[in-house]
Amino acid sequence: MEEQELRAFVEIVNQYFERQTGRLPDLGTPYLGEPSALPIYDFTGVIGISGNRPGCVYFTAHRDLLRNLLLRVGEPDLSDDNLSDLVGEVANTISGNARRVFGPDFMISVPVVVAGNAKAIQVPRNVKAYILPLRWHKQEAALVASLQ
Amino acid sequence: MGLKLMIVDDSNIIRSKIARTLSRHDMAVVATAGDGEEAVRQFSAARPDVVTMDLTMPRMDGLECIRALRRVNPQVHILVVSALADKATAIQALKEGAQGFLCKPFSEADLTEAMDELLGDD
Repeated sequence: MEEQELRAFVEIVNQYFERQTGRLPDLGTPYLGEPSALPIYDFTGVIGISGNRPGCVYFTAHRDLLRNLLLRVGEPDLSDDNLSDLVGEVANTISGNARRVFGPDFMISVPVVVAGNAKAIQVPRNVKAYILPLRWHKQEAALVASLQ
Repeated sequence: MGLKLMIVDDSNIIRSKIARTLSRHDMAVVATAGDGEEAVRQFSAARPDVVTMDLTMPRMDGLECIRALRRVNPQVHILVVSALADKATAIQALKEGAQGFLCKPFSEADLTEAMDELLGDD
């Protein structure tokens, strides 16, 4: 992934939290990770990518971050179903917004949500993934982009 | 009662947010659907004046759903609410028969402004 593509993901993540909550996340330094050692928190929304950059993009977050985020968007139902819905929607929104940079051939799937189980997340084995760690309200999350 | 609204989105949270926001603006939610097929099934009976339409959904996507709804009622107002932020997608949605396009993530003010623009000529 090129630097400008990585920068685009950083801007999109910032924009998501600022527009939804009025509060920017604390972004960590992006780094490259091996497919076997990627961050996974309580809930993960995975978007499969096909077209010009096949692979996947996922957003993974602690339960408490998602609960806070739900409250900030005015949603009173903090059930696990809604936490799953939210993490999928965050992943979908970030991936969809990335088409500003990658173009309409950056084809995104509907989200698949995984609760806890890292083994259920399929990422390309032949490329390193970019990991953007972040904290919001002192809770950790990460965006992972594994694109060929 | 104000205008009748149908909300089509595979996210329950987004459906709730749209319903909460537009209910405060004299719209009555007459149907919600989590995918295009469900929307098509409900459309004739619900007879909405306005539809908010996601694009990336399971079973039937938003563009195909817009075409199907237009065949039933060419007069219905359709606002696309989608994360797909590239211009080509917005142009395609408008060609298929949507009259407005709102990009996710959106605030309540963004949604009401987009709806006001959509209905401005009425």
